[in-house]
Amino acid sequence: MRRNSSNESRRIITRNVLVYTLLVIVSIIWLVPFFYLVMQSLTSAYNPSVIIPALPTEDNINAGKVVFSFDNYITLFAGMMNKTSGERELVYDFKVWYLNTLIIAAISSIIETVLVLGTSYAFSRLRFKARKPLMKLILVLGMFPGFLSMIIIYFILKLIGMEGNIFSLIFIYVAGSAMQYYIAKGFFDTIPKSLDEAAMIDGANKNTIFFKVIMPLSKPIVVYTFLITFTAPWGDFMMASFLAAGDSTAWTVAVGLRTMITTLTDQQKYFPVFCAGGVVTSIPIMILFFWLQKYYVEGITGGAVKG
Amino acid sequence: MAQETMQNNLEYLSLNKLGRIGYKISHFFTGIPKKANKKIHDVPIKVRKKGLAFNNIFRTLIRAFARGDFKTRLSFILMGFGLVTRHQVIRGALYFLYEAFFILFMVLIGGNALSMLPTLGSLSSVWFTVYDKDGLDIQQPAYFDNSFTILLYSILAFVFIGILIFLWYNQIRDSINLQERSYIGKYASDKQTLKNVLDKSYDKTLLFIPIGGLTIFTIIPIVMMIVIAFTNYDYFHISPSKLFDWVGFYNLGQVFSSTGAGQGTAFLRVFIQVLLWTIIWAFFATFSNYFLGMIIAMIINIKGIKLKKLWRTVLISTIAVPQFISLMLISFMFGNSSFAPINAILMNLGWTESPIAWLSDSAFNALLPKVVIILVNTWVGVPYTMLICTGLLMNIPEDLYESARIDGASPAKMYMKITLPYMLFVTGPYLLSQFIGNINNFNVIYLLSSGGPAFIYDTAHETVPAALTTSGVGQTDLLITWIYKLTTNQYYDYGLASVLGILVFVLVAFFSLLFYNNSNSVNNEEEFQ
Repeated sequence: MRRNSSNESRRIITRNVLVYTLLVIVSIIWLVPFFYLVMQSLTSAYNPSVIIPALPTEDNINAGKVVFSFDNYITLFAGMMNKTSGERELVYDFKVWYLNTLIIAAISSIIETVLVLGTSYAFSRLRFKARKPLMKLILVLGMFPGFLSMIIIYFILKLIGMEGNIFSLIFIYVAGSAMQYYIAKGFFDTIPKSLDEAAMIDGANKNTIFFKVIMPLSKPIVVYTFLITFTAPWGDFMMASFLAAGDSTAWTVAVGLRTMITTLTDQQKYFPVFCAGGVVTSIPIMILFFWLQKYYVEGITGGAVKG
Repeated sequence: MAQETMQNNLEYLSLNKLGRIGYKISHFFTGIPKKANKKIHDVPIKVRKKGLAFNNIFRTLIRAFARGDFKTRLSFILMGFGLVTRHQVIRGALYFLYEAFFILFMVLIGGNALSMLPTLGSLSSVWFTVYDKDGLDIQQPAYFDNSFTILLYSILAFVFIGILIFLWYNQIRDSINLQERSYIGKYASDKQTLKNVLDKSYDKTLLFIPIGGLTIFTIIPIVMMIVIAFTNYDYFHISPSKLFDWVGFYNLGQVFSSTGAGQGTAFLRVFIQVLLWTIIWAFFATFSNYFLGMIIAMIINIKGIKLKKLWRTVLISTIAVPQFISLMLISFMFGNSSFAPINAILMNLGWTESPIAWLSDSAFNALLPKVVIILVNTWVGVPYTMLICTGLLMNIPEDLYESARIDGASPAKMYMKITLPYMLFVTGPYLLSQFIGNINNFNVIYLLSSGGPAFIYDTAHETVPAALTTSGVGQTDLLITWIYKLTTNQYYDYGLASVLGILVFVLVAFFSLLFYNNSNSVNNEEEFQ
């Protein structure tokens, strides 16, 4: 008996050693790109074979080594230093892109959250003739590649004189909110119907039920929807690049950073600046994400995987 | 009938594993005629139902015309009249406003566009001479017909006509109903209408803006896209300086014909390769993420493993960074010159002599780029699956495993018999949406390899159509990125791009139907819950 249990514990120890090494390897694989991003954003110059820059001591600088420096972040906002004239020239205006994206994200996320939740509530709780056909229609519409309609959207916006500014992007994001009803509807479906009925007996109308009964119970899905709609404009490359193609004052962060490193010569010059831009873009979203992570997990597991 | 299924069951049970799979497959196909037969049987019933509903509409209209007073009869021409004069001023006025708007639209724009729809315009632009203030003559264009706007306004006109008919019928029906109700002294006034906005017709209040936005920015563009597939809207026919025209099924023929229009076999070959890679990519991208994510979630879930939260947070942190940043960074790291970090490090270590073209090596149908792309995609996607699976795995009742363990089941067996069926059942719809999302996964392909390396053509034996060379379609291109190239390239071809778009839809619809017809999570919703 004793021997058996010691065998067992030895088995568990070897298992745990295996599992921990696996987890460490997995963690390293998933963290390497970020580590690299942060390190490159802090180098004085790009050198392909240097991963971690050296400390900025006199010796290292004199030896021509790649050292730690915050120069890329300054370049990002103030422009690249011209070696001959000694002045900074602003080629890429990161501030404008950043502000654009922030405005788009802030406005569209608020409106979208309201519309998405409204649509989901209607599909989940209200019963009307067009309910099933509309849900089916939206399902079918989702099967068309959204990209092609973008060309036509571009021309429609051109007809009403709205192409190439950030409000056209807000317009389009908001117009697509009905397509995102699925997850929030799944969440509303799990809230017991008896609550509605009780409120109805007390004389509440449907509007009151929505705002006073369902909403207070749906904090996870409200935050989830907000988080998704707020982060989407930061990562959307296709739509933004298409609509703002010519006019760099309407670029979002995604479009702008992409142009920084499209050509090989640009890559050599701007790669560390691009990394700095990546870090600056990621930080607010990361903070928001970790702050609201609990709701994100609840939203994605509560709504996404219902049959 | 019952006996027959019993016999089938016995036959099924007597087979071994491979035989069972074969049985299922053959059964699926032999079952098709039966299913089709049932569908056909249902047709008359459905037709009758639809016919009755249609009949009702006409009967209401006839009733309104025959028995209606002058208010109701006037509503046939002047929308909303019957409502305005029967205490429902707000609704009546809205009906009337729509009618006024409709007439204005048709007179100013719609009528003209509809009349030119069959030809898509006859005169695009004329160059004429003007004299500027210095007396020099300059050529200036004057634009007349624009095929694109004709098409767009015609579609808008059709949508507005549809809405008009719907509203027209509704207000007549309401008018006659109000008239009949007023005989017994019952009125529903404006007050009731306003109250309904937040109660009885709350669905309309909530859905008005979302469905409106959907109509303008999704439905109309999709209809337009389908229509454009039948035109020759391309680089040579770009509005406003040139007109484009209807070409019927020419674009579709261009994709599928092996001989027609001087295309040779190159186009069909490239199309089939892109299509195959799209399906293979969607399959591997979906399932590699799914199983890896599930395995990592299970490992973290093992009892006695410490720092669970830390491991999860490490993975989740990749979700928090905008995807395009990590993709562009990785694409840079895998660059094919010695200047890119991974190659530089490998060469420094002496593991390779010359830089490896990670994302543009074209050997074996670009096998290396394809593998790299799928691997990078797991890096992007695994955290999501891990997140979803973690919660779900904890939902599986522990006593299932307990009793399996008592029966002496091995961990592998428990996974195959308990965990996997449960997870597949619960995540079925999620898997489908992932699969569809991957068919249309623009970001990963475009930001990683931009579709490269290019296809290799045997120019001595085949004529390479311009649509291939100018769009620069590459071996890792999906249909969706090919469409992007066809439309953003200097020599765009919207007609062909639309055809490809429709084919993507057909592909997605096919897999969705296959899933919905054969999935447990749709057919037996109650099980497991």
